Amino acid sequence: MRMWFHKIAAMQSDDRVNRRRFLLSAGAAGVVAPVFSAMASSAPATAPPAVAGATELQVVLTVNGQTRSLSLDSRTTLLDGLRDHLRLTGSKKGCDHGQCGACTVLVGGRRVLACLTLAVAVREPVTTIEGLARPDGTLHPMQQAFIDEDAFQCGFCTPGQIMSAVACVHEGYAANEAQIREYMSGNLCRCAAYPHIVAAIQAAKSQMPPASSAA
Amino acid sequence: MRPFSYRRARDAAEATHAAAGQPNGPATAAAVQFIAGGTTMLDLMKLDTARPQQLIDIADLRTRCDYIRIDEHGLHLGALTRMQRLAEDPMVNRVYPLLAQTMQLAASPQVRNMATLAGNVLQRSRCNYFRNGGWPKCNKRDPGSGCSAIDGVTRKHAVLGVGEHCISAYPGDFAQALVALDATVEILTPTGARTLRFESLHLGPERPELETVLLPGELITGFLVPAGPWTQRSTFVKVRDRESYEFALASAAVALHLQGARVLAARIGLGGVAYRPWRAHEAEASLIGEMLTEGSAQRAAQAAFAGAITHEDNAFKVELGRRTLVRALLQAQAMEIA
Repeated sequence: MRMWFHKIAAMQSDDRVNRRRFLLSAGAAGVVAPVFSAMASSAPATAPPAVAGATELQVVLTVNGQTRSLSLDSRTTLLDGLRDHLRLTGSKKGCDHGQCGACTVLVGGRRVLACLTLAVAVREPVTTIEGLARPDGTLHPMQQAFIDEDAFQCGFCTPGQIMSAVACVHEGYAANEAQIREYMSGNLCRCAAYPHIVAAIQAAKSQMPPASSAA
Repeated sequence: MRPFSYRRARDAAEATHAAAGQPNGPATAAAVQFIAGGTTMLDLMKLDTARPQQLIDIADLRTRCDYIRIDEHGLHLGALTRMQRLAEDPMVNRVYPLLAQTMQLAASPQVRNMATLAGNVLQRSRCNYFRNGGWPKCNKRDPGSGCSAIDGVTRKHAVLGVGEHCISAYPGDFAQALVALDATVEILTPTGARTLRFESLHLGPERPELETVLLPGELITGFLVPAGPWTQRSTFVKVRDRESYEFALASAAVALHLQGARVLAARIGLGGVAYRPWRAHEAEASLIGEMLTEGSAQRAAQAAFAGAITHEDNAFKVELGRRTLVRALLQAQAMEIA
């Protein structure tokens, strides 16, 4: 059963990579470019087209230990900055209105909603799902627990669930099932994998490194 | 989202100065707006319901306005204090449990890590006809356009304090505690500071686009919740469609000063059922000097909802609101106070 699941997961993972590669290369190859041809010479390929009255700002973000300077439209949320400008597409855009938790990241060690945070307003280091594993690829105990406990089906909410779960344990709100459910209520799972998510947090909480090394 | 310019203010004076000189109109429609946690502002900007041309980021005011202090006057709260800090504060949980509970039961951990106390009391209506610009009529969004809710789906709308122009419910929890405990609001204006009873901050539905008495450029800097013999015996009961991360269908904020079973003082706020943060003065008056029993609690609840005006889908809120208040009163009575 578990082997079967992993094979499926691996296939889906390959598909995802291919689809993403296609979309990225299609954008760069000019499938989208003609629509914005007027801006094409002045705007980088990944930036949204310029809009009258828009304000470009220099934004310095420290994400997963790396400091990056970006020129962003003032409207850019932290989520769009991560996904569209830093190509960190692990954080997901679900509702984009702070109702689903799929975009959850850590800012200054606190879990926040990247979709309701302006990139230019970020003052502290950001940790995303991409920053949890060790440099050698060893998964964070919470990531491993989500795999071991089958804590997802489609996987779209999973990065947000894992970031929230890591914070939930660090905050000290993972004592029992009822507390985990209450303090994970900001992360919706449309597949309703909730029982397995709770099991994953129960399994990972005693194996997690102290807060300072994860945030 | 419409384009806007962005700047940071280093302190409260710089913030109010940057937003000064705007015409006196609805503060929520001002061209220059403050942003702190952003959980309401960005949400509504994405929906095109909020349209600021400039945002003044006031998060750096946290250096001066992020505090929780208790002294002989009461509980002092900084405007930029995050919700989660108040939820977890041990002293508040002991001396003002009602306030801490309104935070613990509000929103999600992520939102509580972002949203500030002042932003919380200024959160906007959750009425879908207001939030979603696809509906043609909303007096709160477009003054004079009418109200789509009155003839629409009204299940989550208010039954107390409503008018012919707007029936939306004030969505917050914290404000019910502040109104019940008769807090004051500290406001910085471009020309000086003033204080205001919290009960006078939010306006009624006569002109729904005017939600508070705040003028453009005026900034809440803090709150004072006065000390009193009722703060320890206080609790918040919140009833909602799902058990967590949901706005109240009905809530009751209750603080009691008892001598045995006799009520010396009662403070009651009602949420989810009213147009604005709602203090149930009639219910309080009916309890003074009475023995607190299920019967007297029910009479108080009857008084609280005597003036209710219901619409097609929200008539259930009268009975639900009464039962919520009765439960809160009896729970507060049963509390063991150290």
